[in-house]
Formats: sequence, C-alpha cells, structure tokens
Amino acid sequence: MSERVIELDILRYDPEQDEAPHFQTYTVPYRDDWVVLDAINYVKDELDCTLSYRWSCHMAVCGSCGMIVNGEPVLACHAFLRDYPQKIRIEPLQNFPVERDLVVVMDDFMDKLSSVKPYLVAREEKDVDDGEYLQTPAELAQFKQYTACINCLLCYSACPQYALTESFVGPAALALAHRYNLDSRDVGRSVREDVVASNSGIWECSFVGACSEVCPKTVDPAAAIQQTKIASTGDYFLKFLMPWKRQ
Amino acid sequence: MSRRPYIREPSKTGWWLAQPRYIRYMMREISAVFIGIYIVVLIVGLWQLSRGEAAYIKFLATAEGPAGLTFAVFAMLFAIYHTYTWFQVTPKAMPLTLGSKRIPGAFIIAAHWFGFVLVSTALWLLVGS
Repeated sequence: MSERVIELDILRYDPEQDEAPHFQTYTVPYRDDWVVLDAINYVKDELDCTLSYRWSCHMAVCGSCGMIVNGEPVLACHAFLRDYPQKIRIEPLQNFPVERDLVVVMDDFMDKLSSVKPYLVAREEKDVDDGEYLQTPAELAQFKQYTACINCLLCYSACPQYALTESFVGPAALALAHRYNLDSRDVGRSVREDVVASNSGIWECSFVGACSEVCPKTVDPAAAIQQTKIASTGDYFLKFLMPWKRQ
Repeated sequence: MSRRPYIREPSKTGWWLAQPRYIRYMMREISAVFIGIYIVVLIVGLWQLSRGEAAYIKFLATAEGPAGLTFAVFAMLFAIYHTYTWFQVTPKAMPLTLGSKRIPGAFIIAAHWFGFVLVSTALWLLVGS
C-alpha cells in the first residue's frame, strides 16, 4: 500500500498558557485508507502527546469527533485524507467556546437539548412488566429518519443563525423534538411547544439549510424545522377556529 | 487547573461570505427584493393606466428604456432563481406519503414546476394575447 505525506495545520489552544488560539503544523505519513482522525491519532501517539480532542468509535456512531476540516464541519472519522489536498486545516467546531485545542464546550447544546424533552412522554406510564409501547412499522417510518441523530453538533457549527443568535434552540434539538412529536406513542407535543414554537425555537430558523447539508447521518434537521413551522402555524389558527380543542 | 474557554466570535456582517452555501442562501433571500420592486413597478403601471392613455404611454416608454429593461432582466433572473431554489426545498417542508410509501422529493418538485407552467400558460392564454 502506498504511503504519502500530508501537512496538518491544527488549531491549538492551551487555556493555561495561550491568550488566543494559534495554528501548529504537523507532517504526517498516511495511507490511502486513513481518515482525518487517523492522522490526528498519529500526531497524538507519535509527534505531540499534548494535543487534545474527542473521539471514541471511529465509525460515525458516537458523534464525538466533529471538527472543522478546511472550513467544513465534518466527523474526523468520516473524512478520508485522500479526498483533501496535501495541506489541511483542522479547527474545533465553530459557534462553541474552545475548551482546549479541538475540544469545545457543549453545555449550551446540552441545556437546549434537555429543554425540548427529547424522550417519550407517554399517555400513561407503564410498568416494565407490562411490556413495550407497541407501534406499527408504518408509524415508525413517520419519524425513523430523525432517530439517527448522534448529537455530533456539526449542524450547530454550520448554522449561521445559531452563530448570530445565541438563544436559538438550534437544529439537532428541534429535529429531536419533531422526532418525538411524530411518534405515535408520544403525547408530549404541547409540553414541548413552549420551547419549540417560541421565538428562540423554530421561528428563529431562516431556512439556510446548512444543517442538513453537513449532517453525517442524513437526519435533515432543516426539514424537521420547516414541518414543525407548518404544524405550529396550523395550531395557531386552530386556536381561533376551535378554541375548545386543546391537545 | 483553571478553565478559560476561548470564544471565537463570528463576523456579524461578513459571515455570509464564509461559505458558498451561505452566499447561495443570501442570493435566495435578496431575490425577493427584486421581485418586490418589480411588483411596485407593476402597481405604478396600473396607477398610470388609471390616469389615462398619455400617462400610461409615458410609463411604458420609461419601462422600455435602457434602465427599465436592465432592471427587468435582473428581476427575471432573480425570479427564476427564487422559484428554482424554493421549489427545490419544497419536499423538506411538505413531505408526502402515499399509503406507507414516501413520495420521492423529485416528484414533488416536478409537480410544482408543472403547476407553475400550467398557471403561467393559462394566464398567458387568458390575458397575454
């Protein structure tokens, strides 16, 4: 197998020493089947053990290794080096504070995610012994696409609306709210509505669509948000036409 | 060990130049401005028509002058871009299912173009000639 060399410009930031982040260049030999994460692992193992970054599964499932490669938010385990020029630029995800090197602070996302109650709100709680909440394949098909989200934050990093408006709930959290709202076993839509249909929720989205373009799991958060806008608009008018009808 | 997260502020004015997809988005949004101006020109035309033949002929002469024609070409190009980009995203906002099968996005987009051509042709036949 052929071995080539690639240069990585990696953004470094040590909160104990640096006033601001700076780029550091590493030269890494690589094979055709290497992804960006392999090259970063090589740097960590062979060249500079001080480099900090998150990763776990190396198979686009855990969602830990999101970063910006040549300006584009990608999973480092999902981006082959052979598809890039001889020199690539690696930065932490945009729109999040940098904790250290390629590690970002995710607290804002975690708070927003929990605010939309991304879990099953059942009509009545069942005991484990009473078995599962049943669902047909057709009912599952309604929302299955949105279950694929791995919380990798690439969509938040790509979203200019989130960059400019800190209060925006953001793509992944709204897509997950939509996922549960579409679930036939769930009755939590009205509870989620306070956050989802607020000014900081779906109405902050101006449909740039970048979230869906960068999503590594083809979740399509932009679609989820536009569909929620339509449903929410329907609710608004229904409130006047049939005030006695409450979900 | 102390935490001191570094905040990289995005550019408040130049953010849309950072990615081609942001530029495409801005083009889509700005296209509405040209369509809006075109509607204003149409309304002015109707107003001039209501004022009599001489006023309307004067309006037409301005609209068919170099500035009017240049604007019309720009408005047309932006209107096509506006229509194209919004039709492209319709499957996202309006996913349709037939039974348990999802109707392909390309079909939804094609149906919009078909409707657009149908309505345009009907209007042309009705008032265009």
